[in-house]
Amino acid sequence: MKINENLAISESGFLFNPSTGESFTVNPIGAEILELMREGKTEAEISESIIRSYEVDSKTLQKDLHDFSEVLRHHQLLDQYEETKN
Amino acid sequence: MKKPKINIGVTGLNAIDSPGPGIAVIRGLREAESFDVKIIGFAYESMEPGIYMHDLIDKTYQIPYPSAGTDVLLSRLSYIQEKENLDVIIPNFDAELYSFMKLEDKLRQMGIHMFLPTISQFEERHKVNLSDFGKKYDIDVPLGKAIYDSSEIFALQQEFEFPLMIKGKWYDAYIAYNMEQARTYFNKISAKWGLPVVLQRFVHGTEYNVTGLGDGNGNTIAAVPMRKQFITDKGKAWAGISIDDKKLLAITDKFVSATKWRGAFELEMMKSSDNTYYLMEINPRIPAWVYLAVGVGQNIPEALTNLAMGHQVEPFREYEVGKLFIRYSYDMIVDRSEFEKISIKGEL
Repeated sequence: MKINENLAISESGFLFNPSTGESFTVNPIGAEILELMREGKTEAEISESIIRSYEVDSKTLQKDLHDFSEVLRHHQLLDQYEETKN
Repeated sequence: MKKPKINIGVTGLNAIDSPGPGIAVIRGLREAESFDVKIIGFAYESMEPGIYMHDLIDKTYQIPYPSAGTDVLLSRLSYIQEKENLDVIIPNFDAELYSFMKLEDKLRQMGIHMFLPTISQFEERHKVNLSDFGKKYDIDVPLGKAIYDSSEIFALQQEFEFPLMIKGKWYDAYIAYNMEQARTYFNKISAKWGLPVVLQRFVHGTEYNVTGLGDGNGNTIAAVPMRKQFITDKGKAWAGISIDDKKLLAITDKFVSATKWRGAFELEMMKSSDNTYYLMEINPRIPAWVYLAVGVGQNIPEALTNLAMGHQVEPFREYEVGKLFIRYSYDMIVDRSEFEKISIKGEL
């Protein structure tokens, strides 16, 4: 799961996709996850980081992360090359 | 170094809720780095707001509607030329372009330059001929057919399916969801814009537009793609954002190089859910949102003027992505005497 490198992500959680012109807002945790994805962290590393910082059990986090990545995929915010590879 | 001063005639001063491009074009010309301008506005109606925008337009003349014929237009332009010594005219309406193209040689002899598509380019891209255009240049276009009688819709309903688009040959487009609506829109559009009326298959998706400039030799001088962010009930963009879409730019380059497009243009594209781009319409002129292109680094009105003057123009290589234009309305207070002057004398 790799985020589209062209995305402009601001600290406030505002996302702009320059190739489609679409913009989105995410909450602070969403912004944190996106930042971790941008750093190239694996799903396991992202989970680990979130569990360390927030009170959440692994099962709930896996489900939420899965939902979040589906939303990103739906809006074509994931790296297309990585997507085709998978 | 002192910049040369160019006298430029500009049409499309109707800066209304569905605006003509004139005011945006003039703002670009006023910001030109390679020349200074005197702007002569050409208006059809005395209520066109641009007539009264004296900070943008130095003088305005009323000109005859295209239906009056090219002789009447030429006579009016000759009168204006005697007074204003125009170097360039930038026509901005689809419906007037044909008259100006026909007069191109005569105007050149008078010292007036333009940079317009050729008549065959103008005809070929016409929405009436768009299906053939798509086939010829291998560009995806939605199925379309020009019809002359509303009864033809019934025979074509299997091929097109509802909803379908009903379009006027110059302006106006409606989505018809059933036969009754299709007939009503056919009658409404044919009464206003004449025949034929165009049926076009409806494409679900997101609207993207590109404004650009071709040098007539197959080179793209300018191209800025925009996603409409806010659309009025007439389908016009009230806000939009510049985007970096390589596919749209590649389609634009293909269009310019294949047709050797001469002049400004606007490509109206629809991106379907499977990411296919359909070319919905080609407008053979500068669009009303061209000031976004100026604002992101491609001054299309300036480049077009330089091409018209016969100067070498280097293609723009970049533009700023993620810049928005947001249109607004503005009430001017105008003295009755000004309205009187343009109404009675046809000049202001």
